[in-house]
Amino acid sequence: MMRHFSALFAGLIFGVGLVISQMVNPAKVISFLDIFGDWDPSLAFVMGAALIVTAIGYRLVWHKTKPLAADRFQVPANRTIDKNLAIGAILFGIGWGLVGLCPGPAIAALLIGGVPIIIFLAAMIVGMLIFEGFNRLQS
Amino acid sequence: MENFTPLSASIGGALIGLSAVILMAFNGRIAGISGVFSGVAFAESGDKLWRILFVLGLVVAPVVYHAASGLAPEFDLSANIPLVIIGGLLVGFGTRLGSGCTSGHGVCGLSRLSPRSLVSVILFMGAGMLTVTAARTVLGS
Repeated sequence: MMRHFSALFAGLIFGVGLVISQMVNPAKVISFLDIFGDWDPSLAFVMGAALIVTAIGYRLVWHKTKPLAADRFQVPANRTIDKNLAIGAILFGIGWGLVGLCPGPAIAALLIGGVPIIIFLAAMIVGMLIFEGFNRLQS
Repeated sequence: MENFTPLSASIGGALIGLSAVILMAFNGRIAGISGVFSGVAFAESGDKLWRILFVLGLVVAPVVYHAASGLAPEFDLSANIPLVIIGGLLVGFGTRLGSGCTSGHGVCGLSRLSPRSLVSVILFMGAGMLTVTAARTVLGS
């Protein structure tokens, strides 16, 4: 029960953060990526502030042996830098640069983005399904 | 740099960080949206509800923000529909293949000094910047 409430609250806070920082606005993101154009460094400040809070917060949280509302911490253990990581990041970056949307802001913009955001999310879901299909075929 | 908004960027970013800390402190999870969201479909059945609720929180956030502040968030998407579809496919496939996105690798991964996340961030930032630069050059603006 508690973990459901905390998840809902965390999503809400995340979304409000995206709105206040204007990360839900594709034009704002594109103007950060447009380094040779009319450059807007705001996204770097979003990331920087988020990093500072998360780095400090994680350190404090991990003094405990387990989370407050779950059995264990689930933190990725993989340390291998491989092809999938690199190619995935590049493909994601291209998609991000084409539209100015990544998963979090796209979901947060569902109710404010009209038909285009629904199309983006549908395509994103299809892209995820295609990956899952390839993944299962290989194993 | 006329649209530079360092204060609201920092406040918003701090809230994003707070969200990540809350999700780790209570649920023990990384706030990587591509992973949280894809798990709505692909995670085990006992592992779905918290994800659905997190996504619900994201979705209602602009409405809550508008109700509390009276301000309506701006949304300016200039890409045409074919580009939106291609972009969506690439973001969906790429985030799964690369195990994360701006929140998972960028915020959470860099915070815990993950070498994988550092590589991912450098590559997706670089690819994003190259893509926008190329688009500007090709389309000319």
